[in-house]
Amino acid sequence: MQYALLIYGEGEGERATRDIHPSIASVLDRPNVSGWVRLQRPGSATTVRLEARKTLLTDGPFVDSKEFLGGLILVEVDNLDGALAVAAELQELGFTAGIEVRPVFELELGGA
Amino acid sequence: MLEDVFRDHWGRVLATLVGVLGDIELAEDAAQEAFALAAERWPRDGHPENPTAWLITTARNRAIDRIRRERTLAAKTEQLQRELRDPPEEPMDEAATFPDERLELIFTCCHPALALDAQVALTLRTLGGVTTEEIARAFLVPFETMSKRLTRAKHKIRDAAIPFAVPPDEILPERLDAVLAVVYLIFNEGWGGGRVDLAAEAIRLARALVELMPDEAEAAGLLALMLFNHSRRDARFRAGQLVLLDEQDRSLWDEAQIADAGQVLERAIALQGTGTYVLQAAIAELHTQQPRDWEQIALLYGRLEQLTGSPIVRVNRAVALAELEGPERALALLEDLDLDGYLYFHSTRADLLRRLGRNDEAHDAYTRALALAEAEPERRFLQTRLDELRPPSAGF
Repeated sequence: MQYALLIYGEGEGERATRDIHPSIASVLDRPNVSGWVRLQRPGSATTVRLEARKTLLTDGPFVDSKEFLGGLILVEVDNLDGALAVAAELQELGFTAGIEVRPVFELELGGA
Repeated sequence: MLEDVFRDHWGRVLATLVGVLGDIELAEDAAQEAFALAAERWPRDGHPENPTAWLITTARNRAIDRIRRERTLAAKTEQLQRELRDPPEEPMDEAATFPDERLELIFTCCHPALALDAQVALTLRTLGGVTTEEIARAFLVPFETMSKRLTRAKHKIRDAAIPFAVPPDEILPERLDAVLAVVYLIFNEGWGGGRVDLAAEAIRLARALVELMPDEAEAAGLLALMLFNHSRRDARFRAGQLVLLDEQDRSLWDEAQIADAGQVLERAIALQGTGTYVLQAAIAELHTQQPRDWEQIALLYGRLEQLTGSPIVRVNRAVALAELEGPERALALLEDLDLDGYLYFHSTRADLLRRLGRNDEAHDAYTRALALAEAEPERRFLQTRLDELRPPSAGF
């Protein structure tokens, strides 16, 4: 099973400009991590909406809140407990406000 | 009664089917089909020699048939794929061919990634065999709400791949806490409504838990607690009416079960158990002794209240205090509690008021308790008490 760990941060998102902490880097290097992306600080975001059939751009992230999506890690594990264990480990490193764990649709033969 | 037979087998059959089919919803549909078929055939053709094996095999075959029909649901597990190639013959007779996987199922149902109310409902439904209607009634929510809650939980288990397994050692203790809470709830469901089957089911689950985790004092504590309470099941009702502990016919108590409970409790205490279940079991043991050591009982309730901060424990402590220092002191202990929706708060108050001769107030409290009571034996008991009190309007 593949799971996406949606990594949420708090505050200004200044950390996004810094180097990856070695303890996080070591998690990202694991064989069960199948991919990851880091997002630049939420202040750099532009949100695109459609209003009255016109494209409307707003400065900032889609959800304006104290917490922001800072990145995404894909893990390939047996079941939810495997994904929760990685999330708990990352959370204990103290760089994240919270991590949302979501299963990823598997591509099936004759696909959806 | 066939319904009782079904209730006995439901959890066992369903757990095995979840193990085979890898999906709770699919397993539940298949089990339901098999039970419906049994309801039709067993009264006509007689019960099979091994009902569990019959039900599992029938349900599995039905599920496989359905999967064949619905090709999009291509094989869920390797085992199933094998069975699709080599369909099993007609019902087998050895139960031994089907492992008891209720423990796996209970850890799935009590997984902390599910909301607590969903954990409880799902365990009652899948292992207790309680209907969605009954669960909805027990938790005072509309049927549709409960039905959605169960469906949502089953879908989350499937979509998020919540494991169908006994957790590994490092997370076992925390996962156990949730399971124990749910098992005790199932026991109480069987207890309050006089449904002995469910209570026995809860005891069986707890026994399996104690075997699996012999060092876990709280699991043993819970088992001992349930055994003590269960040992009085035959004395607890007379002519369909609830009988209080003091008025129970002690010859109806299950002495063997009390002895069993005592041994389990000793084991829990030897493991240095001081948790809530061990304390409650110790109190339950004191309640089986005559004369009762109210001082010790009140002390243990005090410790339990410290540990849990529960107003319900306060109600129990008040009962013990009434024996030690009289109903007036006990009543004072209940004064500032905010338990208006709790049946035993009102019945306890009513009893204390009755003993103080404050019959009008006792009448009001019994009336309030009766309005909250669901189980028939309990309603009859409260009604009898109410009848014994002269209603306020009848005084000359």
